[in-house]
Amino acid sequence: MSMMILTIAAREFKSLFLSPLAWTVLAVLQTILAYIFLTQVETFNLLQPKLATIDSALGLADIVITPLYSNAGIILLLITPLLTMRLICEERRHKTLSLLLSAPVSNVDIILGKYLGLLSLLILAVLMITLMPLSLLSGGALDNGKLIANLIALLLLVTAFTATGLYMSTLASHPAVAAMGTFGILLLLWILDWSAGLQEQRSELFEYLSLLRHFQNIQSGLISSVDICYFILFTASFIILSIHSLANERLQK
Amino acid sequence: MAILINAEHLSRYYGKHCAIKDVSFTLAQGEVLGFLGPNGAGKTTTMQILSGNLAPSSGRVEINGYDLQNQTNAAKRSLGYLPDTPPLYKDLSVQEFLYYCAQLHGIPKKAIVSAVIKAQERCGLMSVSHRLIANLSKGYQQRIGIAQAIIHNPDVILLDEPTVGLDPLQIREIRDLISELGRDHGIILSTHTLSEVQAVCTHVQIIHQGQLILKESIVHLNQQIDTASVLIGTRLKPDLTILSALNGVTSIESISDQHIKIHYRLTNNPTSRIIETIMSSGWELQELTPIKRSMEDIFITLTQNNDS
Repeated sequence: MSMMILTIAAREFKSLFLSPLAWTVLAVLQTILAYIFLTQVETFNLLQPKLATIDSALGLADIVITPLYSNAGIILLLITPLLTMRLICEERRHKTLSLLLSAPVSNVDIILGKYLGLLSLLILAVLMITLMPLSLLSGGALDNGKLIANLIALLLLVTAFTATGLYMSTLASHPAVAAMGTFGILLLLWILDWSAGLQEQRSELFEYLSLLRHFQNIQSGLISSVDICYFILFTASFIILSIHSLANERLQK
Repeated sequence: MAILINAEHLSRYYGKHCAIKDVSFTLAQGEVLGFLGPNGAGKTTTMQILSGNLAPSSGRVEINGYDLQNQTNAAKRSLGYLPDTPPLYKDLSVQEFLYYCAQLHGIPKKAIVSAVIKAQERCGLMSVSHRLIANLSKGYQQRIGIAQAIIHNPDVILLDEPTVGLDPLQIREIRDLISELGRDHGIILSTHTLSEVQAVCTHVQIIHQGQLILKESIVHLNQQIDTASVLIGTRLKPDLTILSALNGVTSIESISDQHIKIHYRLTNNPTSRIIETIMSSGWELQELTPIKRSMEDIFITLTQNNDS
């Protein structure tokens, strides 16, 4: 990996913390999820005696961890567009993009640097969320497989979210437009799967395209190459589109 | 002298609008080339093309022997560019910002700190080095813009209107800096003020409606700028045909019935003849104001030279 990618990524990551944005996002995310987490732990405490009598397969992981990560996915779907909207769009508006464009760095370096810089923040957020279920280890045993599956699912989800947001940011002329566009695409892909419930309108294509379906598949602990490939293809497509979009910057205007 | 920039037949269209058309020129080491033209003449477009920020519709640019299109990074390594709006990250301090610029330009890690200090010294930024860029005045921001363009000691420096918005003292400092840099770099400086070109440049290039109409050394230009103008006010309406027939008068603009603007040749100054004619014709001279030599006069000279 080129040095330049790391340089740009490091700058992007540090810049996020210069504004209150990153701090706010981490704080809001952590507070809401902590509340959900505690509610789920409480639910588990209530259910535990009953579960013990009916010899259920449901455990701590199913009642606490899976809902926590599902909710984290939804909240990140709302938050990621707000973080990604600035990436290229704001540089263009503030005319700072020419600093990168006239330096000896390629479009690939710029896009990957920006992508990794922001992704680092989201990975940090995901790791902070993971501290919550890990804290349960002090009081009991945990299904490690389930936890790792959920962690992988959420990490793959944010890589896809960030790539989508980055692409919209290269297209839009105003950050709000980029945020709205990203949110629209992500929400559409999230709910695409809902028609699957109706037998007659089932579409295999829609099922395949749905982010939610692949996310849930991995969450359930069935880590299959189909789901992993989906996320890799999804992310790679949007990154390649972003690189092309940035290259067009020089052609149009 | 090594040729640093070789631009061949550059054209650029925005949709159907033609911003520049068939512009070709070269820049050699040690030259400070003033790129002169009125607003909207295509100066910024040309600068953006030279810096690799904008692709030309046709034509090619070679920087230090590297093709900007195909050997982009090699070409850009020899390039420092200050756009018309300085590209500054306002939430960084001056030092942090320049450090990042040095990294982007691939300065080796060990040399970065000294490069940052040198750029700050050259642009007079040492005293504000730890302050946030957002809190600095426009003059300082402009200097940071210049600092980021020279931090990697590039062979070619492109400055798009570097003295806009600065006070006279700062303008002088920046001009001194440009002259100093010009000794061992090649510099292109775009501006719409003639005095700036005369103050710092060794060569001048005039662009008008997207086309180059002149490339000349400053010495030659001063010989070429042979026109001046004078504003004349009379009580009665003068007969323009009589005045324009006078020896030395190149053209006359009628501003109102009582006011006219006469352009004339400096080498054949007709002022006294104009006064005599007005007096003897009884139009009653009421005002005679010499007008400072302007870009307009140069254009008039040049277009007339081209026509004849």
